[in-house]
Amino acid sequence: MSGRTLFDKIWDLHRVEDLGDGMQLMYVDRHVMHELSGHRGQTEIAKRGLKMRSPELTIGSMDHVVSTVPGARGGNAPWADKMIETFRSESRKAGVRVYDIGQDGQGIVHVVAPELGFTLPGTLLVCGDSHTCTNGALGAVAWGIGTSELLHVLATQTIVQQRPKTLRVRFEGAPPRGVSAKDLILALIGKLGTAGGVGHAVEYAGEAIRNLDMEGRMTVCNLSIELGAKVGMIAPDQKTYDYLKGRRHTPAGARWTEALAHWQTLPSDADAKFDQEHTLECARLAPQITWGTSPEDVIGVDGRIPDAKPEALAYMGLNAGQPIAGTRVDRVFIGSCTNSRLPDLRAAAAVARGRKTAKHIKAWVVPGSWRIKQDAEAEGLHRIFLDAGFEWREAGCSMCVAANGDYVEPLARCVSTSNRNFVGRQGPQARTHLASPAMAAAAAIAGEIVDVRSF
Amino acid sequence: MNKFQTLTAIAAPFPQKNVDTDFIIRVERCTGTPKEELGKYAFEMARFLPGGGDNPDFVLNQPRYRGARILVCGAFFGTGSSREMAVWAIAGMGIRCLIAPSFGQIFFGNCFQNGLLPIVLPAAAVDDLTEKASAQNAQPFTVDLAQQTINGSLAFEISPRRKKMLLEGQDEIGLTLALDAKISAFQAADRVKRPWIYPG
Repeated sequence: MSGRTLFDKIWDLHRVEDLGDGMQLMYVDRHVMHELSGHRGQTEIAKRGLKMRSPELTIGSMDHVVSTVPGARGGNAPWADKMIETFRSESRKAGVRVYDIGQDGQGIVHVVAPELGFTLPGTLLVCGDSHTCTNGALGAVAWGIGTSELLHVLATQTIVQQRPKTLRVRFEGAPPRGVSAKDLILALIGKLGTAGGVGHAVEYAGEAIRNLDMEGRMTVCNLSIELGAKVGMIAPDQKTYDYLKGRRHTPAGARWTEALAHWQTLPSDADAKFDQEHTLECARLAPQITWGTSPEDVIGVDGRIPDAKPEALAYMGLNAGQPIAGTRVDRVFIGSCTNSRLPDLRAAAAVARGRKTAKHIKAWVVPGSWRIKQDAEAEGLHRIFLDAGFEWREAGCSMCVAANGDYVEPLARCVSTSNRNFVGRQGPQARTHLASPAMAAAAAIAGEIVDVRSF
Repeated sequence: MNKFQTLTAIAAPFPQKNVDTDFIIRVERCTGTPKEELGKYAFEMARFLPGGGDNPDFVLNQPRYRGARILVCGAFFGTGSSREMAVWAIAGMGIRCLIAPSFGQIFFGNCFQNGLLPIVLPAAAVDDLTEKASAQNAQPFTVDLAQQTINGSLAFEISPRRKKMLLEGQDEIGLTLALDAKISAFQAADRVKRPWIYPG
């Protein structure tokens, strides 16, 4: 019998019942709610006269509709305040711990769940948001769910799911200077396409992944959904355990010892079989940037805009054959569940230090959580950004999803550290180029798309 | 939930690839718009002109496709965000069946929760249906879920469990609540096996 994968080991431990034809009833260890999808679920569960089965296994935070205006403590509009209040009061009634605005623990759900030690290796975690795959960086099986599934989790602490196939991607070689976790995963999406992982749980492995810090691993797993996979994960190792120890929800004492012994059994066996395998060589990669309206439309920053997808080029206002570097930019957004953690902000600040943003540029830095904001300020990162002409804002999803009124203006061009360059994603007619925090900071300084390696 | 048994309706060709859920329903419509009103805003960036009014180029605005209840889609339809409002919006336009070579995975699952049938077929078969739906003398399509056929001869696959749920209009939560004792037993055993999962 061949060995088992990380995914197989976790999956099999959570199967409550086989429902036939590949559908399985799966136990949910960890559920995370935010106000936008959470309040819908709470409204629906009340309508149906059902109760939450295990509120102690759910936490909540506020991220999608919160205002990120410096000093703000609520929504950007009355409807947003009302949603926040509904989510707050329904959570209290149900006994769900919510990390509220202005509190340690508030922030983008996929940033705070690991930060609070709520996400643990070996757990099955779901949340009403597609980027829940981020949590797989700690060795969890985690994916995003819709409103009906959210209601199902609230009422039953389980979810019905078809078992996905497995795919392993090895990132081999050492990425050169200027190439970050974001560049690795964008390059992979460029290679396999946005449907490359459909129907699969992806395990990221190889030297370049092992060498990433936990935050970098979260960036890689975050974009799994942009590879078409609901689940992306990385085997836990000493870095994972060091990261988790002592966090608010992390087990302590004898429970830590017991948990650790279990976690150490989780990595894929040497002879484990995957349904598919791919390898990405990292040694010669350039910093990546998207040119179109899908994350798969990506090239090295030293490349030329390809002669493809004419509709995407028209939307983006770009001409095939031109170098992408030198394209004038209007906005820069550093933030989102992809790239808003402390090392991301440090990488951007290293580029911004002692420099000024171009005159026509409006650049924002939006930390992923209240805690990250405090820690960054303790290091003086906010000073670097403010001195360079960036806005330093409150934690939230902000301009990644534009649910809170943080928009890119029509036809304006934005270099963004977020995850989706879809038509209209950052606002109607907004033109998004996805890139790493260092590349985004460099674009803010240069006023155009520029190779951060020249800084 | 609405049952899905046999559907005979106009099919509209919509071959655009990678149609994402942000494109299907804008995030502003997900914040407070009642479920029943979302159909008005489906595909709004393509369906309406910037100054208001219908965009005549959008397929579902063309007289022959008004009232379409089947969409023949491009690859990877429904990619992106988990927002179930994308399914509610499409269903709100009266669409009951989507046919595509592949779907965004969260969107695909959300369809079954709302009585919307997503059918996956090989790209060549979808191309053929796109051509049929685009023809000047296009005839309505018939989707027979019990027989798992389109227009009587083209077979499609579906999980038997999901098929039964659609045919009978069953609700997943109802089915799972009937397994409550099994969940309790699982949880009790798990508390012993993995105590660190549980607070306190």
